[in-house]
Amino acid sequence: MSATPVSAMSLGLAGCEVCGLVSRLPVGGVVTHCPRCGERLHLRRPASIERTWALVIAALILYVPANLLPVLSTYTPLGSDTATIMEGVVELWSPSSWPLAIIVFVASITIPLGKLIALAYLLISVQRGSVKSTEQRVRLYRMVKFIGRWSMLDVFVDTFVVALIQLRPLMWVEPGAGVIFFAGVVVLTMVAVNCFDPRLIWDLPQQEKQGNA
Amino acid sequence: MIRSASAFDSRLRACPDCDLLQRLPPVPAGGVAQCARCQAPLWRHKPDSLRRTLALALAGAILWLIANTVPMLGLSVAGREAFTTVFGGVLAMWRDGRQEVAMLVLFTAVIAPALEIVCLLAVVLALRRPSAPHWVGMLLRGYELVREWSMIEIMLLGVLVALIKIAELATVIPGLALFVLGALVFLLAAMAAAFDTHLAWARIEWADERPLPGERSTACVPEARR
Repeated sequence: MSATPVSAMSLGLAGCEVCGLVSRLPVGGVVTHCPRCGERLHLRRPASIERTWALVIAALILYVPANLLPVLSTYTPLGSDTATIMEGVVELWSPSSWPLAIIVFVASITIPLGKLIALAYLLISVQRGSVKSTEQRVRLYRMVKFIGRWSMLDVFVDTFVVALIQLRPLMWVEPGAGVIFFAGVVVLTMVAVNCFDPRLIWDLPQQEKQGNA
Repeated sequence: MIRSASAFDSRLRACPDCDLLQRLPPVPAGGVAQCARCQAPLWRHKPDSLRRTLALALAGAILWLIANTVPMLGLSVAGREAFTTVFGGVLAMWRDGRQEVAMLVLFTAVIAPALEIVCLLAVVLALRRPSAPHWVGMLLRGYELVREWSMIEIMLLGVLVALIKIAELATVIPGLALFVLGALVFLLAAMAAAFDTHLAWARIEWADERPLPGERSTACVPEARR
């Protein structure tokens, strides 16, 4: 290998995203498939920036009702009570169970919002053609991809609280509309992370280096 | 630089995270080849991959069956008892009109782990032949796709939180499935860690016919299929 880093794209080569085989793409942009696994080959994921933005914005819109609408409604003969995600965290806060309250808070409030901010930052920095802190940005991308699934936590909590507290007519719990929006946020952000192509982070600095050389 | 790469050289790699073109070095069993620029793992060479994965996947399949048939959690209040399985949670969500959420929970907590185990089990069994048919590649691809959505470990933490929330209202009785699921979390992690994707792809037949030896020497890097 030479000392200057060379991207596969600059040589007209594409690494298959499924099996990793490197193939040469024919000139002219015809649809091509990996000779080993049959997956469609791309130099970069198609419309990566546009699709990721669309999903990030959709998730951001759903994030509002997900946090404002109740996720659980508790019914007793004396009346009913509703709780949003944040109220659930506050309820859980006690001398013995505060660590769990922190986990739920981080998984349900911090991670989804942090993910949206991180993706927006990655998208904007790529669109501006930033050449700085590429390694930090790719590390941020990997962290978002790794941690993102954990925001499903609250969906599972609500599911099993609803499943267990079914002691009609003494007391029963029903899921609120917030759960649907919250689940939507989790799924949309997970898909958004998969739409984003981390190779875009490196594209411009490479071209510049080659231009200077 | 490219000329040094022989045709269909499966050691040539474009980093999935930064597209740096590089060649995989010989990696000893248990070692990792990382991208020279961004440190993304390119190949984790797993020792004795097929046999270990097979053992763990079989164990995982058995535990999955137990975990989804026996009760997971029980509740005792004022002389009344109620038990639920993982599927019971899904049904409760469905009945209360949150079908979308019920399907998401069903997929991430029941179906995706099952697909994960079954796909990998089939792949490992088929790979015992020196050259596995092409459909094994489809299963391998399915396994990679579904892994991200298999969320037993997150569900278990969710169950723990639900349990603590309920504990002030009623007595909670942990069921057998709770412990089995705990074991399954570690088994699935060990199964994924034992499997060597790079070695697996090397044993699967290509979608396209392999080129004739003459073509192989002329082309430096494979021409993609149209």
